[in-house]
Amino acid sequence: MIDFTVNGVRHSVDVEPDTPLLWVVREQLGLTGTKFGCGIAQCGACTIHLNGNPIRSCVTPVSAAAGGAVLTIEGLAGDGELHPVQQAWIDHQVPQCGYCQSGQIMSAVALLDNNPAPDDAAINAAMDGNICRCGMYGRIRKAIKSVAGVGQFDPKSGEVQHG
Amino acid sequence: MGKWTRRGVITAGVVAGGALVVGVAIRPGNRARKLAPMVTEGDETLVSAWVKIDPENRITAIVPHSEMGQGAQTALAQMLAEELDARWEDVTFMEAPAVDEYANYMLGKGYLLGPAEVPEVLVGTLDGALMQVARAMRLQITGGSLSVRATGQYGMRIAGAAAREMLVDAAADAWSLPVAELTVRDGRILHEASGREAPFAEFAAAAGRMDPPYSPRLKERDEYRIVGRSVPRLDIPSKVDGTARFGIDAVVPGMKVATIKAAPVFGARVVSLEDASARSMPGVVDVVRLDDAVAVVADDYWRARKALAEVRIRWTEPDQQSVSQEQIFAQFDEDMARAVADGSGKTDVGRGDVSLGFAEAASMVEATYRVPYLAHACMEPMNATVAFDGTDCEVWIGSQNPLGTRYSVAGALEIDAENVTVHNHVMGGGFGRRATDDAAIQAALIAKAVGAPVKLIWSREEDVRHDHYRPAITSRFKAALDANGVPLAWENQYVDKHEPAEAPHIPYGIANQHIHYTDSPTHVPFGPWRSVDHSQHGFFTESFVDELAAAAGRDPYQFRRALLAEAPRHRKVLETAAEKAGWGESLQEGQGRGISLQESFGSIVAQVVDVTVEDGSVRVDRVVCAVDPGMAVTPDGLAAQMESGIVFGLTAALYGDISIESGAVAQSNFHDYPMVRMSEAPAVEVEILTSDNPMGGAGEPGTPGIGPALTNAIYAATGTRIRQLPVSRYDLGFSVDEAEEVI
Ligand code: FES
Ligand code: FES
Repeated sequence: MIDFTVNGVRHSVDVEPDTPLLWVVREQLGLTGTKFGCGIAQCGACTIHLNGNPIRSCVTPVSAAAGGAVLTIEGLAGDGELHPVQQAWIDHQVPQCGYCQSGQIMSAVALLDNNPAPDDAAINAAMDGNICRCGMYGRIRKAIKSVAGVGQFDPKSGEVQHG
Repeated sequence: MGKWTRRGVITAGVVAGGALVVGVAIRPGNRARKLAPMVTEGDETLVSAWVKIDPENRITAIVPHSEMGQGAQTALAQMLAEELDARWEDVTFMEAPAVDEYANYMLGKGYLLGPAEVPEVLVGTLDGALMQVARAMRLQITGGSLSVRATGQYGMRIAGAAAREMLVDAAADAWSLPVAELTVRDGRILHEASGREAPFAEFAAAAGRMDPPYSPRLKERDEYRIVGRSVPRLDIPSKVDGTARFGIDAVVPGMKVATIKAAPVFGARVVSLEDASARSMPGVVDVVRLDDAVAVVADDYWRARKALAEVRIRWTEPDQQSVSQEQIFAQFDEDMARAVADGSGKTDVGRGDVSLGFAEAASMVEATYRVPYLAHACMEPMNATVAFDGTDCEVWIGSQNPLGTRYSVAGALEIDAENVTVHNHVMGGGFGRRATDDAAIQAALIAKAVGAPVKLIWSREEDVRHDHYRPAITSRFKAALDANGVPLAWENQYVDKHEPAEAPHIPYGIANQHIHYTDSPTHVPFGPWRSVDHSQHGFFTESFVDELAAAAGRDPYQFRRALLAEAPRHRKVLETAAEKAGWGESLQEGQGRGISLQESFGSIVAQVVDVTVEDGSVRVDRVVCAVDPGMAVTPDGLAAQMESGIVFGLTAALYGDISIESGAVAQSNFHDYPMVRMSEAPAVEVEILTSDNPMGGAGEPGTPGIGPALTNAIYAATGTRIRQLPVSRYDLGFSVDEAEEVI
C-alpha cells in the first residue's frame, strides 16, 4: 500500500511501486483531467504537482509520491472559484483541442508560484516542456503575462496591453 | 411532415416536454457535382442540422460535426442563433448522434455513391473489400474545413430561419395579430405597438404543429448581430478544469485496458508469438493476436504495457521490408521520368502551350523539390473503447467521422450497423488522423476476443509508427522568363494526386501552363493531413515562384503582385500582409523576410515571415498573416485557427520528417519527431479581410503558406534555397557569399 494525498484527499493504493503516478491518478483514482501524451517526459501533458513542484507524472513512479501531496488540475479551483490561471485561459480563449491544457496550466501555475512576474525567458524555460500540438503558444504566453500583472488583458481588442 | 425547398427538406415537430425541433436535410445536387464539393467548394452538399427549443427557452443547436478544437460547433451554433434571432446566452449545442438521420450525406436514403467517386485520399485508408464502408466513411466527416461552409451555410441557417418563421406564425395566431407587425429579438417575440411580448418557448408547441415554411428568408450579411462576433467558445470552460471528456477518458463498467503493437513493416503479418511470460504477469487478462498486430489486455494500462514488452512476436517478411526512404524518392524520380518518356503522365492543368513559352525564353529556371512523409501526432494518442455482447456494440471514441466508425466497427464485427452505437467525444487533435478508424476496429476485435469491454490505448510510439501519413512527394518545375523577367511558361510535374484537386494550381497570370502528374504508389499508408495536398504543393509552388523572382532579379513581393492583375482578391490579401509586415524596410544582418500566397478551402492567405539565422540555426521572429475567408463567423476563432495552422505548418517545415527504413517508420516519439515549442513559437499577427465571397474554411488554410514563407525568408537571409523539407536537414552555418545548395 502506498499512501499520499491528492487534491487534499488521502488515498491508499495497491499497485506495483513502479507504476507511473499518471496511471494511478487516471485509472485508480479516476481523475482523468491529467493526460497521457508520450510516456517519456517529452510533452508535458501529464504535468501535475508533487509537494508543490511540477513533475511529469508519466515517468514518476507512484512510490516517489509516498507520504507526499499531489495536486492535479481537478484540485486547482477552490470552492467553485477558478484559479486565476484557469480564468486567464478562458479570457484569452487559449485551448483549442484542449488536450495539452491541463499540463500547460499546471506548469504555468508552478511558474507563477515561484516567479510572480516572469519575463519571456522565464516563460520559455518553464513552458518549453509542454507541447501544444494545436500551437496555442502565443495565447499561453499572453495569458501567463496577464496573470503576472505585467500585461492587462483587454477583452475588447483581445490583446494584452503592456505598461 | 416535410417540405422540400430548393435545397432541402425541412421537418418539424414537438418532442417530450413541449420542445420544438426543426431539422433540415439538404438534398444532393446533380450526381456529377455532388462529391467534389465535400472537400472543395461546399455547394449543394448534403447536410443535416437541427434546432431544439425547450420550455425554458433554452436553444440547442444539434450539429453533425465533431469538435477537435477548431471551434466549429460554436460557429455553427452562432449561425443558427443568428437566423433564429436568439439571445446568444441561451444557446448551447450538442453533437448529433452517429445515426443516418444526422448524416452529412443522405446515404440512409439508399443514395449510394459510385466507387470511382470516393476521394482518393480516403481510398488509401481503406481495405479495398470494404468499399461499402468507404461510402459510409463519407457520412459524418469533419474535415476539408467544411463545417461552417456547408453545414452552417445550408443547414444551421435554414433550420434557424425556419424555426423563427414558425414561432412568429404561432405567435400571430395566438395573439390574433398580423405576422408583419411582429418582431423577434433576443429569443422573444414582440408586438411593438401594444408592448406585448413573450419568449419563444410559449409558442413552441403550437409551432411544432405547423407546416415548416417552404423557403424561409435568410438574413443579409449586414443584418448579422451574432455571426461576426467573437463570442467565447462554448467548449473552453471544460478544457481548463479537467472536466472535458476525451475518448481516452471513457470509463465503462467492467472495462479492461489494452495496448497494442502492430507489425513495424506495413503489410507484415503475425507468424507466431511467445506470450507465456506476459500471460503470467500481474493483472494480465489475455494476449490477443490479430492479423497484423498483437494486443495485451490487462486490468490497467501500465500492466498491459509492461506485459506487451515481454511478448516475442515473429512477423512475416514481406518484400517491403527492404524499402528505404532513398528508394522511395528514387522510385518517384524513375516513375516521373518514365511518364515523360512514354507520355503516360496525367494532365492537371493545360493552358496555352508551354513549348511556345520555352521557345521564346530569355532564361529558364528549373528546380526539384521534395517533402517527406509526416505523422499527425495528435496530442491524444489513438484510442477507442468498445463493449460488445455478441449482438450489440457500443463504441466510445473521439472521431472526425463517427458515422464512418459505426460502419467500420459493424463491418469488423460482422454485425448490422444498426447494432452499433457510437458515443463521440471531443478529440485531442484530429488534423485528419481521426477520420481513420483503425484503433476502433482493433478495439472491437479485441473486445470480441476477450468477451469484456476493452479500452485500447496506443502508445505514442505506436501512434507515430502506424499513422496514415501525409504523403511524401517530389515535384519538379521548369519555367521560362522573357528578357524583362516576365514568366512565359510554367511546367510542373509531380507524383500522386489526391485532394483537393486544385492544390497544385497557381493564382498567377502565366499564359502557358502545363501541370501534370504521375502515380507512384508506395506501401506506406496515407491519409488526409491538415490542408491535405495543399500542405505539399503550397511549399512547392510558392518556393518556385520565389526562385523565378530571384532569377528575374525582382523583389519577390512585387514579382507576385505583378502577376495578379486578374486576381484582385488575391492581390489585396498579398498587399495587406506585405504592408502590415513593413515589406521593403531594411533588416538587420542575418535577418531575412519571406512571403507566400496560397488559397485553400475557399480562403486566401498571405504570410510574411521574418527569420534570423545565427550560428547555423533559424529563429522565426515574426509571422504576419493576412486572410480573406469571405466572412469570419467568429473573428477571434478564425485568428486562433490561423495561429494554430501556422505553428502546425512551422513544425512540419522546421522538423517534420517521417522516414522509412527497412520498410518501417524510423521515428517513434517526440524526441525524434520534434515539435515547435514555446521558445521557438513566433509572434503571429493575423489580419482578417472580409469580402462578399462565399465563406471559406478556417481550420486548414493557415498551414500551407508558412513553410514557403519561411524557406523564402531563409533564402533572403542566407542565399540558401531550401528545396527539401525539413529545414533541419540543412547546414545553414555559412554566410551569403559561400552559399550553395547543400542537398
Ligand atoms: S505524457 Fe508525460 S511528458 Fe508526455
Ligand atoms: S490545445 Fe490541442 S494540443 Fe494544446
